[in-house]
This record gives sequence, structure tokens and C-alpha cells, in this order.
Amino acid sequence: MGWFKRLKDGIITSTKDKKEAPDGLWYKCQRCKAASTLKEVRENFHKCTRCNYHIRIGSHDYFDLLFDGEYTEIATDIQSEDFLEFTDLKPYKDRLEAARKKTDLDDALSVAIGTVEEKPLVVAAMDFSFIGGSMGSVVGEKIARAIDYALTERTPLMIISKSGGARMMESAFSLMQMAKTSAKLSQLAKAGVPYFSFMTDPTTGGVTASFAMLGDINFAEPEALIGFAGPRVIKETIKKDLPEGFQTSEFLLDHGFLDFIVDRKDLKTRVGELLRLF
Amino acid sequence: MIFLDFEKPLENLYEQLEKIRQVGEQGDIDVSEMVQELEDKITNQRKEIYANLTGWQKVQLSRHPERPYTLYYIRHMCDTFVELHGDRRFKDDKAIVGGLGSLGGQNVVLIGHQKGVNTKMRQYRNFGMANPEGYRKALRLMKLAERFGHPIVCLIDTPGAYPGIEAEERGQAEAIARNLIEMAQLRVPVICVVIGEGASGGAIGIGLGDSVYMLENTWYSVISPESCSSILWRSWDYKAQAAEALKLTPDHMLEFGLIDGILQEPVGGAHAQPEEMAKLLQRHLQKTIAEFQDMDPDARIARRIDKYSKMGHYAAKPVTVAQPEEEK
Ligand SMILES: [Zn+2]
Repeated sequence: MGWFKRLKDGIITSTKDKKEAPDGLWYKCQRCKAASTLKEVRENFHKCTRCNYHIRIGSHDYFDLLFDGEYTEIATDIQSEDFLEFTDLKPYKDRLEAARKKTDLDDALSVAIGTVEEKPLVVAAMDFSFIGGSMGSVVGEKIARAIDYALTERTPLMIISKSGGARMMESAFSLMQMAKTSAKLSQLAKAGVPYFSFMTDPTTGGVTASFAMLGDINFAEPEALIGFAGPRVIKETIKKDLPEGFQTSEFLLDHGFLDFIVDRKDLKTRVGELLRLF
Repeated sequence: MIFLDFEKPLENLYEQLEKIRQVGEQGDIDVSEMVQELEDKITNQRKEIYANLTGWQKVQLSRHPERPYTLYYIRHMCDTFVELHGDRRFKDDKAIVGGLGSLGGQNVVLIGHQKGVNTKMRQYRNFGMANPEGYRKALRLMKLAERFGHPIVCLIDTPGAYPGIEAEERGQAEAIARNLIEMAQLRVPVICVVIGEGASGGAIGIGLGDSVYMLENTWYSVISPESCSSILWRSWDYKAQAAEALKLTPDHMLEFGLIDGILQEPVGGAHAQPEEMAKLLQRHLQKTIAEFQDMDPDARIARRIDKYSKMGHYAAKPVTVAQPEEEK
């Protein structure tokens, strides 16, 4: 079965990484430049040990952090295709192949089912390493299937967003995924199945303007970039500098678009609490 | 008359026509034959140009400064129209207009992006780029329509939702997302038509409906050709190439199953014969409303969601030989 292999791959991938990165190697923090050993960083929930910077991690890292133990990947039988034969500086076809090779993933989102503190949960998590976590037809379809599963099993859904927005190389197909995922979420809302939207660095564009902002609960990791337009676009449009802390999680919490911010080390506990409260 | 670069041959012919007419007015020479000849030439030339438009040319046409905008259509289509203002939360956005109207005896709620007709009005309308309050006004009007059983008409024409500091503070993303999830469940018919530019989230924010048509000389895309060029080509110079690559024309959109149909424009485009275009649009809207109005609301919602659920293109993942399970 497809998921079985993926499950195994997921485990092997993270184990392999651990082997390839001996504990003696150093991680230099992107923000405060402090050095820590990889072992320290890993034990600290992939955060800088000095400044608490949340390092960008992948879908399977989140599955490992959240689920009680084993989890099952679903919707693994599809992959993106360069249907429009889109070529900019590079053909989209080549970009896809390179991304698959580099990440060992099918696309920018994976869906898994498992339990969190013994409560069942469907988790759809994005991978920024796959073409900037961009949303194309496959991301949209996987979310739709995650919602169908959540509907049938009446299991709460959590989507972990980490995306630059829509995938330009799929043009209007990617745009329509905003409508598709939102329309599917309307079914979940109507059925009274809880949906938690967890935003991580970065969550922008069409992803924010569709499923990411539609959680029954919206929450985020600290200091994540969350917005509709990218900071560069806004700066070019208004020809002014952007205020300090603009479009951060803290900014969104202050403006009323998030319920709370959660440190990665407390993520599992918090999700467990939510699951018991619904 | 304003001529776009690819309409230059037409401009020359019009100039000739003007000169000949002047000669005719001044002297005793009968120019009627020459005038007729030139007019035929213009008609043929126009047909030829318009039959083979590139993606970028459609983008240019969709932005033609003389093209009719939402309020023009509403005024020409509706017997009565009362514009309604404000989102009841923050302010009234001038880039999205809406109100109650009567369309051939049928009460409807009409909503649309609105661009300005001159320099001053273009600024007033923020170039058709809405802020969150625009999307929230639109949603308020849609909910009003739902409560009173009125079909909803959405006319789309925007270069994008406004990218500004205040727009982000007030939740541009949330406003668009909220419209999408709410529009999916509206219990009245939702009829959308792209009348100009269909740029990205700003367009789809009032664009999820039972029927989505595009006028012939419009475009729909996840990003404008200019921004696409700037991001993917790292230069502003590849907008024409980007327009081709994005496959943003109505023909492409219909072929991909992302829209329900195309509404032909009069020869020369909507701006050449705006009144005729308004008639065509009105006929289309009345016909489409009639098509969807008698459906059971639940069935209509299910059909709507099903339509969007099918949008996308992907391939089956090649089957790899299953690896034997070694440990746990
Ligand atoms: Zn640090």
C-alpha cells in the first residue's frame, strides 16, 4: 500500500538526516548567529537554543512532533504535472523533478492521520522546501481529500501552513485551489467538525487568503511572517518603509486574526488541549 | 478614440477616412464610394486583428481606458438601481460597488469592482484595487440577497486586491478567505462575469459562483503578467511572454474547465460598442439567473461545491515496487 511505504520513508528520511548530521556538527542560527550543536537544536524542537528562533521544518517533522507514535499518510497517489507546459527561466517540469529529488516528497503538502494525546486527528502539513510551499492542483486536491476523510470519520482537521502562496506555474489552476479548498472547508464547518489552522513561517498569498485564515481556531508559531501581499510588494507599492514587526504572528494576534501564538515545544500539549475541548 | 499598439493599422485607416470626409464636405467631389470602401476596409481589418489576439493583447484590451466598468453596465441594464454603501465595520470601499437592482423585472443584488473613468476618479476608485472593507461590503450585500431570496450578480474587474499596510492590518487575506467560504454556501444563485481584469485573489474574492463567464477580451490568472515577469523572469520586460505562459485567455480558461463559458463582445471590443455589450450582458445574466433560480438551494450548493472540487490537474504517481518491510 502506498501509505505504508510513505510512512516508512518518512521515518527513514528523518533517521537518515540524523545519521548524516553527526552530533558534533554545528548549527549557526539564522537570526542571532549563535552556534549550537545539531543535537541540541533537535532536542530543543528545532529551535535556536539561544534566541528561540523557530527553524523552518518539514511536514514529517511536524508529524513526528505531534502524533503519539505511528501515523498513516493518505492521499499519496497523486503528483503534479506540467499541464500548461509552463516555462519561465526554467521549465516547470524541471523544477518539479528537481524539487522531488531534493526533498524526497511528492509535493508541497502531506496528509497524515494519527492520534494526539490519544485523540484522532487529520494533519495536512506543508513543505516550504518544495517550490516554496506553493499551492497548485496537488496541494488543493490533498487538502480536499483530507477534508473528505475528516468529514467521513468526523475527525478534527489541522492544517499546518508554510507557503509563499499560489504556484504561479499552474496559473489559474492554482488560483482556483483557493476556491476549492474554501468550498470544501464550508462542508466541514457545516458538519460541525473542528478545523485548526496553524500558521508557520512563512504563510502568505493565496494560502493565507483561503484555508489558512478559515480555522475555527487560528494560531501560529512565534515571529512567523503571515500576510496576504508579500512585504516587498507592499513596500514597492506604497514606497515607504514597513513598520517594525509588520506581518508577524504577534502583529496578527494584536490585530485580532489569531487566537494565540504557541511555542513549538508546547504545540502537542496545546493541540491535545484543544481536542479535548471540542 | 484611443488605439492600442496592435490597432495601429486601424488608426491609419480612420485618419484616411477623416481626410476624405473633409474633402467631401469642402468640395463638389462625390466621395461616398471611397468612404464606403474605407469603411469596409476598417471592418475587415478590425475583424482580422480581433480574430487573432495574443494573451498580452487581451490583457491590453481588458485595460482599455474606454472599456465599460461595473457601474456603466448596471446603469444600462437595470430599470432601477439603488447603490448601497459600507461594510458596517470600518468604511465604504470605493473600489467595490454594489446595491439592489431590477434586471428585466427580477430583483437582484449586483456587486462589482469599479475602476475610475478619468485620472481623478481612478484615484478615487483606487484603480479597482479593493481593501478588506470592499470584500466585507460585498459579503454584507450577498447576505442581504440571501435573506431576501435575490440572485447575486458579481462583475469582476480588478488588477488585484490592494497591497497596503492598512489592508494587512485589517486582514485582506481573512476578508477574501471569508468571502470564499461564505459564497460556497449561499442559498441563492451566484452568477459571476469577468468583465475586465481577473487578477488573482482580488478577483476570486467575489468570484465563486454557480456560473462564471468571461467576456471575450478579458483575462483570469493567479498573478498579473507584469508581476509574474518580475518574479519568475526577475525583470519587468517579459510581461508578454508571461501572459502567454500563464494561458490566461477566456479560451484557455474554458478549455481547462475553470469557467463555464465565454460571452462574445461586439467586433472591436466592448469599448467600441458599450451599449451593445451591456445588452448582451443583460441577456446573458437574465438567461443564467433563470437557469439556476428554480433549482433546490441544497442541490445548487452541492453542485457549486462539486464544480470547484473538480478543478485541478494532476497525474497519478508512478507506482514504485513496494519495499519489503524490514523493521517495525
Ligand atoms: Zn538564535
